[in-house]
Amino acid sequence: MNTIGQDIPRRDGHAKVTGTATYAYETPADNAAYCALLQATIAKGQVTEIDITDALALPGVLTILTPGDVQKLTPVENTELHVLQDNEIAYRGQIIGAVIADTSDIARHAVELVHFTYHVDEHDSAYSPDRDDLYTPDKLVTGAPADTSTGDVDAAMRTATHTVDHVYSTATNHNNPMEPHATTALWQDDTLILWDSTQGVHAVRTTLAEVLDLRPDQVRVICPYVGGGFGAKGEPHAPVVIAALAARALPGRPIRLALTRAQMFVLVGYRTPTTQHTRVAADDTGRLTAIAIAATGQTARIREYVEHAGAATRMMYAAPNRATSHRVAALDVAVPTWMRAPGECPGMFGPEVAIDELADALGIDPIDLRVANEPDVDPESGNPFSSRNLVACLRQGADRFGWADRAPRRDGDWLVGTGVAAAVFPAFTMRATAAIRYDQGRYTVEIGAADLGTGAWTVLPQIAADALEVPLDQVDVGIGDTSYPYASTAGGSTGTATWGSAVLAAVETFRDKFGTDPNDGDEAEGTHDQGPFNEQYATYAFGAQFAEVRVHADTAEIRVPRLLGVFAAGRIINPRTARSQFIGGMTMGLSMALHENSELDPRFGHVMNHDFAGYHIASCADATDVRAFWIDEEDPHVNPLGAKGIGEIGIVGTAAAIVNAAHHATGVRVRDLPLTLDKLLPGLP
Amino acid sequence: MAPAGYRRGVETAITTRVDGTTRTTRVDTRTTLLDLLRERLGNTSPKKGCDHGQCGACTVLLDGRRVLACLTLAVTTHDHDVTTADGLAPDGDLHPVQQAFLDNDAFQCGYCTPGQVCSAVGALAELAQGHPSHAGDITADPEPTRAEIAERMSGNLCRCGAYTNIITAVEQAARG
Repeated sequence: MNTIGQDIPRRDGHAKVTGTATYAYETPADNAAYCALLQATIAKGQVTEIDITDALALPGVLTILTPGDVQKLTPVENTELHVLQDNEIAYRGQIIGAVIADTSDIARHAVELVHFTYHVDEHDSAYSPDRDDLYTPDKLVTGAPADTSTGDVDAAMRTATHTVDHVYSTATNHNNPMEPHATTALWQDDTLILWDSTQGVHAVRTTLAEVLDLRPDQVRVICPYVGGGFGAKGEPHAPVVIAALAARALPGRPIRLALTRAQMFVLVGYRTPTTQHTRVAADDTGRLTAIAIAATGQTARIREYVEHAGAATRMMYAAPNRATSHRVAALDVAVPTWMRAPGECPGMFGPEVAIDELADALGIDPIDLRVANEPDVDPESGNPFSSRNLVACLRQGADRFGWADRAPRRDGDWLVGTGVAAAVFPAFTMRATAAIRYDQGRYTVEIGAADLGTGAWTVLPQIAADALEVPLDQVDVGIGDTSYPYASTAGGSTGTATWGSAVLAAVETFRDKFGTDPNDGDEAEGTHDQGPFNEQYATYAFGAQFAEVRVHADTAEIRVPRLLGVFAAGRIINPRTARSQFIGGMTMGLSMALHENSELDPRFGHVMNHDFAGYHIASCADATDVRAFWIDEEDPHVNPLGAKGIGEIGIVGTAAAIVNAAHHATGVRVRDLPLTLDKLLPGLP
Repeated sequence: MAPAGYRRGVETAITTRVDGTTRTTRVDTRTTLLDLLRERLGNTSPKKGCDHGQCGACTVLLDGRRVLACLTLAVTTHDHDVTTADGLAPDGDLHPVQQAFLDNDAFQCGYCTPGQVCSAVGALAELAQGHPSHAGDITADPEPTRAEIAERMSGNLCRCGAYTNIITAVEQAARG
């Protein structure tokens, strides 16, 4: 029997629709104490005095952690984890203490009763692409160089008959999973147990053990359910260290710590703003002679994270002359991190709008223009693509969407247009080990994987059942616990491909050792390491995004009545959960296109609109018709499972498709996100 | 001695029926219904996503009407019925709205889901009672169209972006 490719309902569905799935903060625990964070109200300087007298006198306050008054932590690469080690303040909102109390009410009240005195230094939190202190990072987070160049872009731009040369920009976005980061922590018998909301239990264990100077076997991390992460829970952040320190201060007492929504805007990362100076040059037939992007962004002074917005331009289209670069400003701001499709998501905005502008200038259909510039091999490495079905996605999408006869039209008071953009995301895998055990007619798969809503609880048993050639209901699975074998973090769209390949390896070992008639207690492990063909092939998933946009002729109110995406992402394990990931990514892309903009006040160094009243994300009425389809794709080169990963590509290109559709509807070209009505209104016909 | 700035909380005993069970507790009058449920009564079905009435994850039914538990003081629920998503499925038998969410994969991470489910139950009741909305003709009896459902469900944010499937699920539940 074959369950892969079948529409299997979620195994955790019943628990989720009733609310009985237990997230980190909700872990049952007797006599829990509650932790609330103290945060700096200046952007740079030092704490000079702390008065905790009033707070300690509040009945129910158990202890207060303050700078210099906690254990010496081991320095690690992730410098944001060095909490309370000294009096220095590097950004507004930095953790400078924590109150632990009998109830959350008392803990929150006590926060108001701690008094800090500061020495204030002048801070510099204002990002601008025109700053004179931009620097070139040593390398990108992917390990790729910051700059690349082939041929002579400047010369090609001078001699081409058609060029586009514009600056595009994307806004600061905050990941904002619905479940704020949370931890329940217990220190008992020289062991630390963390029920932590994370995309990777093993990553949390490794890092926390190191920073707390514990052996890894002294730290257990448990996380059966994650209320969304989108990259913000990909690495441990400062609050989980605070929870651990609080647990150590009160041995035997479970400590609960959940961030407030406002704290989600400062303590757990964000997508930085990007500025993308994009240039393309083409001949009369639409063949590109040059493509270039100069990407600028910001990072935090205490830890470098550079959004690799130029990466996609390196491989997307053929052109003999090419250049990409990254520059960044180090500021007194909170530490950025991964956010869904880091690099590609913002980095496919400028270029995909520029391609649309070029199509307009040439009078060529934007789909035909993209097809005309398909590269035979990866332009950067010269390697063949393991599979590249962008053209099929564009063509199928055009048919399904109704791309033909797309002349802009007026429907009453509404101006209606359509737009398209391409999507891409790298396909790679990480390392993971799975264990498989047989007992009384049932198989149990165990792996320290995470289900962020992605479907791991459901798809890993499918993969195991098919490989074992047993019915799906004979396979149990355990994930989200460091007591299971090591698994990579759910990130980079690597989860299912990596863990699924580990499951395949475990099944193979199991069958080799025990055959098809195992005894109770038989157990085997299998490990997947990085795909063996990655060095020889360029491995990417591709997609095509289509949008219909309506703009009100008088008010410029913007609606997106239809989004349609077609993706080529290798083998799809479960169409139901896969479709949800695709449409979820597209919906978040719509949200980025129309709403999301974290506004930093440079006078104070903080994000002003730090809640859902100020930081708008798409709501139900914004995204009523979002459809996703995919190409059947066999790719034996990416990994043993043949899956490319689908969690991120859905957000790539969505914003460009919407901006292109808005231009089609109105004739107004907006080059900076979000696309808000004030940017369209002055140019409306 | 009480510190400066400390005002002693006022406690009072309240009796609330939560998911059909009568619960008597002494609560600080400042405690929200959400914190009462999650931190005192061990009912973590309603979720805390913002604590400011902006996300809808804490939506529960108060005497059958949808309310935000984070904006409801616990003391105001004395002698009232509170139903969470867990309570909509007594003995594990799913409510038609919950079954429709499952059938249509109207969720991913699941954190907003109990609030979505309670909100949908409340919204369908409002539709049945003829409450108008911005999405339809306010002089006519409202129908559970996709536009009406989307409008009425827009107080419940879903960062996983399951909205399209949520609308389809609520449509299915509305058909009965």
